[in-house]
Amino acid sequence: MTAAPEIGSARLRSEDARLITGRTNWTDNIQLPGLLHAAFLRSPVAHARITAIDVSEARERPGVIAVFTGADLADEQGSLPCAWPVTEDMVLPDHPPIAVSEVRYVGEPVAVVVARDRYAAADALEAIDVDYESLPAVLDMESAVREGADLVHADKGTNKSYEWVFEAGDIDAAFRDAPVVIERRYVQQRLIPTAMEPRAVVCSAVGDEYTLWSATQIPHILRLMLATVTGIPEHRLRVVAPDVGGGFGSKLQVYGEEVACLLLTKRLGRPIKWTESRSEGNATVHHGRDQIQRLSLAADSDGRIRGLKVDLLADMGAYLMLVTPGIPLLGAFMFNGIYKMDAYHFKCAGIFTTKTPTDAYRGAGRPEATYAIERLMDELAGELSLDPLEVRRRNWIKHEEFPYETIAGLTYDSGNYEAATDKARQLFHYDELRAEQADRRDRGDPVQLGIGVSTFTEMCGLAPSRVLGSLSYGAGGWEHASVRVLPSGKVEVVTGSSAHGQGHETAWAQITADRLGVPFEDVRVLHGDTAVSPKGMDTYGSRSLAVGGVALYNACDKVIDKARRMAAHLLEADEKDIDFEGGAFSVRGVPDQSRTLQEVSLAAFAAHDLPEGFEPSLDSDATHDPDNFSFPHGTHLCAAEVDTETGYVKIRSYVAVDDVGKVVNPLIVEGQVHGGLAQGIAQALYEEAVYDADGNLTTTTMADYLLPAASDLPTFTTDRTETPATTNPLGVKGVGEAGTIASTPAVVNAIVDALRPYGVDDVPMPCTPERVWRALRGGGPEHSTRPGAGGGLGSATEDSRSEA
Amino acid sequence: MIPGSFDYVRPSSLDEAVSALRDAGDEGKVIAGGQSLLPLLRLRLAFPEVLIDVASVPELHGVRDEGSSLLVGAMTTHYDVLRDPLIREHAPLVAAATSTVADPAVRHRGTFGGSLAHADPAGDLPAVVLAMDGVFVTSSREIPAAEFFADYLTSTLEPDEVLVGVRLPKAFAGWGFHYEKFHRTAQAWAIVGVACLVDRSGGEVAGARIGLTNMGSTPVRASAVEAAVRGGAADREAFRAAAASAAEGTSPPSDLHGSSDYRRHLATVLTARALSAAAGV
Amino acid sequence: MPRVSIEVDGVKYDDDVEPRLLLAHYLRDRLGKVGTPIGCDTSNCGACTVLLDGMSVKSCSVLAVQADGQDVTTIEGLGDGQGLHPLQRAFHQEHALQCGYCTPGMIMAALDLLRENPDPSDEEVREGLEGNLCRCTGYQNIVRAVRRAAGDLSPKPAQQEATR
Repeated sequence: MTAAPEIGSARLRSEDARLITGRTNWTDNIQLPGLLHAAFLRSPVAHARITAIDVSEARERPGVIAVFTGADLADEQGSLPCAWPVTEDMVLPDHPPIAVSEVRYVGEPVAVVVARDRYAAADALEAIDVDYESLPAVLDMESAVREGADLVHADKGTNKSYEWVFEAGDIDAAFRDAPVVIERRYVQQRLIPTAMEPRAVVCSAVGDEYTLWSATQIPHILRLMLATVTGIPEHRLRVVAPDVGGGFGSKLQVYGEEVACLLLTKRLGRPIKWTESRSEGNATVHHGRDQIQRLSLAADSDGRIRGLKVDLLADMGAYLMLVTPGIPLLGAFMFNGIYKMDAYHFKCAGIFTTKTPTDAYRGAGRPEATYAIERLMDELAGELSLDPLEVRRRNWIKHEEFPYETIAGLTYDSGNYEAATDKARQLFHYDELRAEQADRRDRGDPVQLGIGVSTFTEMCGLAPSRVLGSLSYGAGGWEHASVRVLPSGKVEVVTGSSAHGQGHETAWAQITADRLGVPFEDVRVLHGDTAVSPKGMDTYGSRSLAVGGVALYNACDKVIDKARRMAAHLLEADEKDIDFEGGAFSVRGVPDQSRTLQEVSLAAFAAHDLPEGFEPSLDSDATHDPDNFSFPHGTHLCAAEVDTETGYVKIRSYVAVDDVGKVVNPLIVEGQVHGGLAQGIAQALYEEAVYDADGNLTTTTMADYLLPAASDLPTFTTDRTETPATTNPLGVKGVGEAGTIASTPAVVNAIVDALRPYGVDDVPMPCTPERVWRALRGGGPEHSTRPGAGGGLGSATEDSRSEA
Repeated sequence: MIPGSFDYVRPSSLDEAVSALRDAGDEGKVIAGGQSLLPLLRLRLAFPEVLIDVASVPELHGVRDEGSSLLVGAMTTHYDVLRDPLIREHAPLVAAATSTVADPAVRHRGTFGGSLAHADPAGDLPAVVLAMDGVFVTSSREIPAAEFFADYLTSTLEPDEVLVGVRLPKAFAGWGFHYEKFHRTAQAWAIVGVACLVDRSGGEVAGARIGLTNMGSTPVRASAVEAAVRGGAADREAFRAAAASAAEGTSPPSDLHGSSDYRRHLATVLTARALSAAAGV
Repeated sequence: MPRVSIEVDGVKYDDDVEPRLLLAHYLRDRLGKVGTPIGCDTSNCGACTVLLDGMSVKSCSVLAVQADGQDVTTIEGLGDGQGLHPLQRAFHQEHALQCGYCTPGMIMAALDLLRENPDPSDEEVREGLEGNLCRCTGYQNIVRAVRRAAGDLSPKPAQQEATR
């Protein structure tokens, strides 16, 4: 009897049981005897010198145990790490977890109160008196790089952290005499990741053994970094990520509050909890995106792309955090998208401003790149009066051309853009919608219809390690898994990839059940605790399945290999004559002589009679370091209705056909796509972290930083094509970020498509009703599209926020 | 975040509530449903020393039929307003606007009187009550709606005055009505809102009332539009022409969600739409 | 300090509380009812939604003193102690949660929605849940789950037939 395969089945999630009953273990739920509560006093100004701090009154407040300033901790708090020095001469300022002498963004911690409960801690903050000597805020990247600009870090003499260049092909030749050159300036607005669970940290010590619980995506990296920063030896520190309520990159970080809680626990000998409020988090959790993109695309008159030039200013914020400088560079290899071209030139400058530091947010570099190229493809189509799908078809890599080395130097192993596009087109009723669009245009309907296209790809896995090393990334890209077959035949799987909503406990059990032939229910997946899972690179970059899932696959194979040897011994047969099927070993041709995995496991555990040199138990470990990234792709189509009288945009329908390779759990994959779409659409329409002229964040609450609710989003139509990845045995590619990457340009393309007859060729994001209305009135940004022009990057005026 | 400390009293009569407020001087604050106040307390944008919870004051509860008008008790929750048969019959515009206030959970707690006394020009109800010439009945006097809203988040209630309810005339019972709310997301405040009542007699407009949300530091009447449509044809063209003066005399704010210019423009478009919807054309 | 008497998930508690204590913190920190999480300061996210005397409220925007004498139901009080409530089951079956942080509030808000409207359309579900934010699911499966639960909670046609 062979059970239906687990891989590919829509298993309901095991982790749901605790989540739907309120029995979840969020960090803030943790209670310990004698637990104290920390609260941080934060800078109310963008940039200032701290001239005096008086905490004496705060120390006298009821319930207050201690108050520390940055100066009090200066000798031991170290500097928060940046693990990605992207160039040898990158400017890397010190980043004290609690500011000592200068603050550089609103929200930067300046002191911490420890009190008996969270109410007393919050009260005492009001009794701390800080004198600030104002310094100039640095808010605009373009002025920040000009000669004589005010500086974020005066001692560094520049606001530029680094400049990074990539070139391939002869870019001058590509632009020389090009029949069409399209120049655009796009702004990737600053976003606040907004995981639903705010950050929280609990730290306790028993003797010199420390345990830190944190709402983090990266318990393993965090442990190493905290040990490095605080000097607490790594083997004396255990980091636990309990249930974590979403991350989207925002919890891929080593935060000052984590360092401070550890140091305070050490100082006070008492367990400490800190839980942020949402308004605190909006100002201090790292932000995402924030790039100014200057782009030039050269093409032939039939729409074939000749070359692409990309010139980025990327806002680092006030400091470089864990992987801040590398984020825009993850996009460097993606601006060419799925298209063939002769030449490519990429330049990126990382710029300091007096704003919250930026770092990874869902997609991290790839959404920005995909937005740029997919918007440009629509502009090219518009310029040449071609259908946007047609101009893409003329440029994309054909399915028979894989593997294909792109102009950016990556080798795309597999893909079928034609198949995904055909399917999306049908599901979308593309031709009918085009007909309706024409009809509305003819009628002068005040509500115009636009169709937006996004044929995207992305790179997942954030591996191989050797490539990361060549990019100066501070860590490897491998992942670890171990499988323990218990004497009873039940299985424990340990993964280094720590989930926070992705469903690892289910998907990993599915892989294990299939490979080992055991029931799904017999597998338990353990993760998120450095004492349980000793090795790992954690969860980000859509890497879990494509790297960690493959590690598990390999670990299962090792178990089977070892068990086969034991089974051969038990069955008194030659190892090469042993078949393994349906969870049992048998001698080929003698099916009635068999041993189940459980029987083999028990025998290996009892160890009464082992083969020569055989170590007891069937446990195994494996790490996987892929040879290449994986490249999911897809075609997304968005129909948007644009009210030309008010500028209001309503998404009428959205079709996403994704190719993420083989699928372990279609339910989870669909869920990832849905959520990704919601976030990508929200970038297009709603979200923006806005700073005022003094450098105050004005979107500190959810009342100002607008997130879509259920009624703001359409019902998505999702489907898949399946072109397996050729670079891993599971054939999987990764799905965590695809929806976010693809959808933003699809939506903006739809809006611009609706308004192109009105002379509109751009609406800056987020496409608020006012911005759409202004674009219709000719208030949009100016660009140039010059036939026969040479290279050079145009300049354009920014649609200023100051009025809005 | 966590509110600062305050004392709390829960009077059981109107007299007790007034004297509690008087005792508190400038440091007292009435809490009704608390749906506007609690976020302000949590963000530490307000620091009252005493909260006077009027939930147990019987005079503030319920909707009463007073013959030619309704008296809507200040403690009537949005949820109860929406289900109240008297309001549905005599003041359906109130129900229409109330259904757009926040979300169901907030409507269970938030009150009619509380959201009016909060005097937020971005709130949905002030423009409605203004358009209807409602009268604010307090512990000591009656204040016409036109005199109730003094400034942004400021009413003309005295520090020791408790809002008991709002008197709404039944005169508009047969009029067409519509509340047009324009906002960026379901949770966002109105960038502009238009509360509109139209009395149609055949193909003509016998009368109209229009209140505008978020077009100034207080809710405002679009009096010029009201005058322009009166006696004119009840059709979209006429409404569009009349609505061109909707922003006349307003000084709308510029904020994250819309500039002053844009709000002026929206007021004209949305007023035309609201008139058409209310008139059923 | 005022004394409050509040019944939570069928158990009556009498406690002295600071007037400013939020119901959400009372539940979490005083009673250990940590099934109800907190996600914002402004009553936007709805993660802390509970039922107060049978109606949904955001427990971060209610003072514990305001709840005196009332009855609170949290996610931990759903179901009959043995099995799952049909809404909990439907959220599981329709994969209506990922990280799960919004889930307790979402389920409690959905419960209130179905009390008001036992057979909502997709659009009515979306509008009814507009006080609850989810950052993971894009809401689509939540809508499915609520409609599925509505079907599970309503009398089956066969049963109606039988009672006729």
